[in-house]
Amino acid sequence: MKPVIAGVADTAVGRLEGVSCMALHAEAAAAALADANLRPSDVDGVLCAYSLAEPHLMLSSVFNEYFGIAPSYSAAVQAGGATACALVMQAAALVRAGICRNVLAVCADNRLSGLGRGGAVAALAEVGHPQFERPYGMSIPAAYALVARRWMHERGTAPDDFARQLAAIAVTQRGHAHRHPNAQARDPLTMEQALSARMIADPLRLFDCCLVSDGGAAVVVSAVDAAADRSDRAVSILGYGQMNTHEHVFAMPSLTDFGCRQSAAQAFAMAGLTPSDIDVAEIYDSFTITLLAELESIGFFPKGEAGPAILDGALDLDGTLPCNTHGGLLSYAHSGAAGGMFHIVEAVRQLRGEADRRQVAGAETAFVHGDGGILSAHCSLILGRA
Amino acid sequence: MTATTDPSPAKPAPLITADTRAFWDACAQGVLTFQRCTACGHVQFPPRPFCVSCRADGPVTERSAGLGTVHSHTIVHRAPTPAFKADVPYILALVDFDEGFRLMAALRDCPPADARIDLRVRVVFEPMAGGGALPQVRPLLE
Repeated sequence: MKPVIAGVADTAVGRLEGVSCMALHAEAAAAALADANLRPSDVDGVLCAYSLAEPHLMLSSVFNEYFGIAPSYSAAVQAGGATACALVMQAAALVRAGICRNVLAVCADNRLSGLGRGGAVAALAEVGHPQFERPYGMSIPAAYALVARRWMHERGTAPDDFARQLAAIAVTQRGHAHRHPNAQARDPLTMEQALSARMIADPLRLFDCCLVSDGGAAVVVSAVDAAADRSDRAVSILGYGQMNTHEHVFAMPSLTDFGCRQSAAQAFAMAGLTPSDIDVAEIYDSFTITLLAELESIGFFPKGEAGPAILDGALDLDGTLPCNTHGGLLSYAHSGAAGGMFHIVEAVRQLRGEADRRQVAGAETAFVHGDGGILSAHCSLILGRA
Repeated sequence: MTATTDPSPAKPAPLITADTRAFWDACAQGVLTFQRCTACGHVQFPPRPFCVSCRADGPVTERSAGLGTVHSHTIVHRAPTPAFKADVPYILALVDFDEGFRLMAALRDCPPADARIDLRVRVVFEPMAGGGALPQVRPLLE
């Protein structure tokens, strides 16, 4: 049976004192089911991710118990920033295989109020190799800075030009977030502010790094006939793909070409589309370099042309590739796996024409990408107006 | 000295496994090692009991000359944990050793302005608080 996205929802984001991780899961889940016009008892599949603030070996079972449902299929998936897209890909596969009719994919974490910014930075550094990275003091920004330096070197970009390309990403996305009433970071950001912000891991400065947030999001993937009564709002899942090349930065096969190339190629082949057919893109932006590198690796821009194009406004709402229209992880919010799910929620809202002041006119196709680790696990989705 | 300030928390020691015991024992003796497959010649790191290229068992351990080239580097200004706070700014590098394997290491004894891709480096071993030694690198003086 053909799978569609029948409902989406997200919670408030930012610092949400006094709300548990599971309460955020439940809030997002209930709202997504309401959006899909489904009852909790209609859910026969549940997919969850992971939590840093309230970790558990079996997070989907913990959620089912808390939410008060007993689905026939349930699993938790941990693929870092690729998780949200991977959950939707898996949900689509479960519906296509006839195993489930209504799959609820839900992610949330309260890592800002639960761990604090420093605690979250330390917890994330734990993903470094326990022998060959963590003893050296490798932060996650440092790992991405290694990618950024090599990228700059191989592209032959002068350091000042490179800094301006990265800053333009941060500034563009802050502009998008300014148009979203719920975004965590909405204050205007200038190029000068971005370029003079304190250094985190050279060449990455403060605004090159994503936020730390509380928040949750959920997506309901249903068989098309189960979602028939809301078919005017259902969004088609046209294509998906994954690629997994390594985990640790010292084991990366390349610092300038990544698995997003293959995951996106699979998704485009399945959808019968090419990058030039995409109206709006929501692409993982844990750091500005993440987005810059993926835009070229996926094929949205020829080698060496993404940075200059971004400086010319390519990612603006009226640009050649409106991108991260909610503000992304850099300015909207990043609360773990939910961070990647905000990209999916935004893509669905764009395709439904519900994006208000940040609506991309006539958006009919959307590309969504998540990556986890150090550009390690990749999952791409192509969505379309049903 | 009085105990008016907290001592720096201990840096994380490598979590050694059965695969890597011999590697860390060699580091403690000031020797950097890697593995080479006897069947296909593939060089690999970290150590494991099979070749990831041809799947043959029992790659052999070889001694590295300890010379390499910086593939990329960063200057860390924001420490990941309090244990590294006193060290900032410090330079982290990915180093391609001449035998064909890559390691992360701190680039010591190098002014940040001199750090660059393709810089030639040699391994140095830093004693760890709990015993053993961590391989790091410093610029190779020609």
